[in-house]
Amino acid sequence: MTAPLPDQASNSGPIPALSIRGLAKRFGGKIAVDGISLEVPAGSFFGIVGPNGAGKTTTLSMATGLLRPDFGTVVVHGVDVWQHPLEAKRLMGILPDGVRLFDRLTGEQLITYAGLLRGMDKAVVAARVADLLAAMDLAQDAGTLVVDYSAGMTKKIALASAMIHAPRLLVLDEPFEAVDPVSAANIRSILDRYVASGGTVIVSSHVMDLVQRMCDHVAVVARGRVLAAGTVDEVRAGASLEDRFVQLVGGHSHTEGLEWLRTF
Amino acid sequence: MVAHLLRLKLTLLRNGLRRSPWQLVGMAIAGLYALGLVAMLVIALVLLRNAGTGTAHTAVVLGGSAAVLGWGVIPVVASATDMTLDPARFTTFAIPMRQLLAGLALGGLIGIPGLATTLVALATVATWSRGVLPALAALVGACLGVMTCVVLAKVVTTATAGLAASRRFKDISIIAFMVPLVLLGPIVAAVGRGVSASTGFLPDVAGTLSWTPLGAPWALGGDVAAGRPAAAAVKLLVSVAVLAGLAWCWKLLLERALVTPPYTGAGKRKGGRLGLLGVLPPTPAGAVMARSLTYWLRDPRYSGSLVVIPLLPVIMLFQGAQTGHYGGVAFLAPVSAFILAWSISADVSYDNTAFALHVATGVRGVADRLGRSLACLAFALPVVLVFAVGAAALTRDWAALPGQLGLSLGILFSGLGLSSVVSARYTVTVPRPGDSPFKKPPGNVGQTLAVQFVGMLVLLVLVLPEAALLVAQAVTGSALFGWINLAVGLLLGLVLFAAGVRLGGKWLDARGPELLAQVSVNR
Repeated sequence: MTAPLPDQASNSGPIPALSIRGLAKRFGGKIAVDGISLEVPAGSFFGIVGPNGAGKTTTLSMATGLLRPDFGTVVVHGVDVWQHPLEAKRLMGILPDGVRLFDRLTGEQLITYAGLLRGMDKAVVAARVADLLAAMDLAQDAGTLVVDYSAGMTKKIALASAMIHAPRLLVLDEPFEAVDPVSAANIRSILDRYVASGGTVIVSSHVMDLVQRMCDHVAVVARGRVLAAGTVDEVRAGASLEDRFVQLVGGHSHTEGLEWLRTF
Repeated sequence: MVAHLLRLKLTLLRNGLRRSPWQLVGMAIAGLYALGLVAMLVIALVLLRNAGTGTAHTAVVLGGSAAVLGWGVIPVVASATDMTLDPARFTTFAIPMRQLLAGLALGGLIGIPGLATTLVALATVATWSRGVLPALAALVGACLGVMTCVVLAKVVTTATAGLAASRRFKDISIIAFMVPLVLLGPIVAAVGRGVSASTGFLPDVAGTLSWTPLGAPWALGGDVAAGRPAAAAVKLLVSVAVLAGLAWCWKLLLERALVTPPYTGAGKRKGGRLGLLGVLPPTPAGAVMARSLTYWLRDPRYSGSLVVIPLLPVIMLFQGAQTGHYGGVAFLAPVSAFILAWSISADVSYDNTAFALHVATGVRGVADRLGRSLACLAFALPVVLVFAVGAAALTRDWAALPGQLGLSLGILFSGLGLSSVVSARYTVTVPRPGDSPFKKPPGNVGQTLAVQFVGMLVLLVLVLPEAALLVAQAVTGSALFGWINLAVGLLLGLVLFAAGVRLGGKWLDARGPELLAQVSVNR
């Protein structure tokens, strides 16, 4: 990380935490991501919202080095993810959606494993594992196999594994799915403090309320394209984010159907 | 309602087949196999028509009892229960219990095992078509017997549903099931010899069984044909009572199961025990090794194949005891070296998408390869050494030991190197995490076979020098070749191992995301 990396040459302003340019991916005949460009400023709490199948997960997978894009570049804090993957991955903590975990390990073992894989010192790992387990309210279940965890606990243990190396950028795909309200509030306050001290968080979600309350920046994605991006206030333009989202994405049907449902 | 349930079962079966042509192929193969078996049994039963009453009676009762026993036992141990009509899925539909029971019972007959049992059972009518009454009795018996099979299976699966849903029971039952499967050859041979040594007691066994729930329905035809109407009447009563009792049990169990879904959670357990992760060196390679070893012990897909290893000598010794020739044990060390080294060639496929953690953390490919290989080596090396020395001790052929060790270690190290390369580039279709090792999902069968075949061919080429030296020693009888073999096996093996780990690591660094995309297909 000492070598100057050339990817930041043309950029005169502050280096964005994540810069995506013209990203595209096709699966067979279906174009999942169709030229997405995004700037995520350093120190922002960035929400990516979109309907099911909009390409959120595909975009985030390509941005974090898990899925090779067909076109486009991704730069994290000035490091090109696909040219210098090892350096870039050191800067990022990733919570992918829809992947399995090594679930025959206990929760404690899994976080430790994530830390050791990154080549961290054993003592540092041990101290952070204890902190993370306490923060995620998992200390009582630390010795249980992850395969026996509930969906919310599994999400939390994966989140903890993404944070152990103190990354500068956290990319979290659907982090609050199935997580109970108390744990979600705890995680949010952890993330808020992380952002306040200069870290950057990207979350994808389709819970508009959550994004409006939690994030300062937001991008609306649908059909593999960015429909709107900017600060939350810019994007929602006076309306609630949910109304603005439905307006942008379209498809809200004002049908009068299902009258029989009220007849009992 | 019963018709609805049956149609639902057929629709599910058809849609399942439509999902992938390979499923259709698998079903066709299983169907052909079953058809052959059924045809054989039906022909045998028809031919029994001309046999003496006693012989036919014994055969039918024994076969029928075995069928009932099989239907009761196999669904539990194989954890291969057909759950397409899982009663838990009907909880929200308020179906009357009586109709649900009838529908589920008849639905149990649809499918290969049900149809096969029905056909064979009906063939007993041909066996007893020595008159109207015996044939009629056999028909009643066949119907009762088949229904007993189906309802017994339902009772057993419903009763153990809660148990079967617990992960621990699943893991243990899978491993326990491996043992008799591996030892099938010796067991069949021993039972066969025992039976052929004393066929005289079989009619007695059949006679006893025919009074028990297992054999009673199958004895009806024989008893009527032999002119024992009183015995037949009592056995009819027994059969009907057993069927009614089983149905009643099933109803009770089902009523309870529908309102108390199985509880799968495990107890809370505090941390503080890192296991192997705390013992092995805290480096990326050490962590991978600790994780792999933990999986060898905890994941039944791995530990199932581990159970096979200690059983190999049992099979070889059994063969030796039968033939008086113990030459076969010489293959023990090389064969187990091969099995263990090749077993990690599908390691990334076994990880499934959990492999994303390795890609996300950016762990170096070499560390990944080295960790997985060392985990395998940690138990493979002692096993191979013990087997080689044990074989030499048994045959008192100590002169052969160096050559044996050279070949076995060569296979082990070269194989680990090759596996490291193969699993970094090619994925194969393997059981998914948490599934039974016997359950292979449909997938790229072509690539799986190609990878396995070509990989083994390459390994054969890689260990050619050691094999040639072993032959040279056997031909010339010179002990020198054995010692050369030991040196060559160790050196060549270690060189190939290092090369394999490095090449596999390089490929993994370059193509980690592509490999992750490949394993994501099978999830």
